[in-house]
Amino acid sequence: MNWSQFFTSSVGKKLTMALSGIFLILFLIVHVGLNACIWANDGGVMFNKAAHFMGANWVPRVLEIGLFAFFLIHIIQGLVLEIQNRSKRKIGYAVNLGNRGSKWYSRSMGILGSLILIFLVIHIIDFWIPSRFGGLTETIIDGKPYHNLYAEMKYKFSEFEYRHIVIVIYILGVASLFWHLVHGFQSSFRTLGLTNHKYINMMIGLGWAFSLIVCLGFIMMPLSFLFGWIS
Amino acid sequence: MEHYNMNLTLKVWKQKDGNSKGGFETYKVNNISSEMSFLEMFDVLNEQLIHEGKEPIAFDHDCREGICGMCSMYINGRPHGPWQGTTTCQLHMRAFKDGDTIVVEPWRANAFPVVKDLIVDRTSFDRIIQAGGYVSVNTGVTIDANSHMIGKDIADKAFAAATCIGCGACVAACKNSSALLFLSAKTSHLALLPQGQPERNNRALAMVAQMDKEGFGSCTNTGACEAVCPKEIEITNIARLNRDFAGAGLAADIKE
Repeated sequence: MNWSQFFTSSVGKKLTMALSGIFLILFLIVHVGLNACIWANDGGVMFNKAAHFMGANWVPRVLEIGLFAFFLIHIIQGLVLEIQNRSKRKIGYAVNLGNRGSKWYSRSMGILGSLILIFLVIHIIDFWIPSRFGGLTETIIDGKPYHNLYAEMKYKFSEFEYRHIVIVIYILGVASLFWHLVHGFQSSFRTLGLTNHKYINMMIGLGWAFSLIVCLGFIMMPLSFLFGWIS
Repeated sequence: MEHYNMNLTLKVWKQKDGNSKGGFETYKVNNISSEMSFLEMFDVLNEQLIHEGKEPIAFDHDCREGICGMCSMYINGRPHGPWQGTTTCQLHMRAFKDGDTIVVEPWRANAFPVVKDLIVDRTSFDRIIQAGGYVSVNTGVTIDANSHMIGKDIADKAFAAATCIGCGACVAACKNSSALLFLSAKTSHLALLPQGQPERNNRALAMVAQMDKEGFGSCTNTGACEAVCPKEIEITNIARLNRDFAGAGLAADIKE
């Protein structure tokens, strides 16, 4: 069996989804952790320094290439899987099994993933592109110029004319991420071969906890700006 | 439980053959005993249809004891009907009440084409087994039964996986029409035991390759298969198969 036969088999595709998914789960920890610097409430000094490090140091820049690669792999393979799986039943049922057999979010990974993808595009246009390719104001910290990404966040979430629409989009995007993670987290470990119920139950619990903590963290960020909890 | 009789409306899928377009037909059946099995109710309906000079409904059945895996009706949106861990033949009419409307469909999957009415072609399962779901045994002197020491917990897991009757309910319930619960039960009951070790890697690779060729979908761990399995085969078997496949696939050489 060569690599292509391995990764194009039905189980190989699952493995691709699981491994890239776990990488993206690890990325979420980095993302939510770095963004939590906004709560230092120091006018964005710590946050702008952290954002500068991510953009200027070569280590995160190299990891960023990997991140984009894994995002693309996860998205393309996910869409291909969804389309292929849907084509395996040409004639559907008159009465569906629905929630009697499985949880709605476990059956909706394609839809949830697509919603996340739409959100991701909006999010990249909002923050990543201006921070990498210019369009941000400058701020002076310790006598050195820094991109003021903090001011951009503050503007988008608390000053922008359509800030309420922006925040609704962010809440919907993060909610999609939450339900995607609740299934994806534990499912990825099953795909890697977890058969012991003791650890499966632990992974289901950890999945819920991880999804809740990370998504609450993300959603508190725009809300903190909107309600003026940080300045 | 008290015995009672009921009148029912049945909406049953009728299809002349694999090339024809099917559709639902509505039938009335009266005075059905709560002690009848679901298939006996169909027998009554078919007798009635024959008396009326109409064509009876074609459906699969064999042992009617819940162990052969032939019966395959998708009843009110659930394979084998509303009861947990039950085949259609063991489903009894006390699961329904007077005046109920029951919708009966065949298994739906491209890999299970309809032959006629409620009968589907499940030979794709046979071909998956033929690809590697066996152990090769050399002839010779019978080996003593106790020469292999197997722990009770392992023996129980292997036995639980071996109870799969290959009915196809897992495929019917899966949103992806994946056959992985069936396949993993058939690899697990051998992979857990010493006799299954020599062919363990090849078995996982060959059976998955055959499953993909047959046109089943990819598993996404939704758990619908486990919920409807009449033999309550556990979804952890799928995780075991995933592990076996990954190990075998990564280890396999391209020159063999």
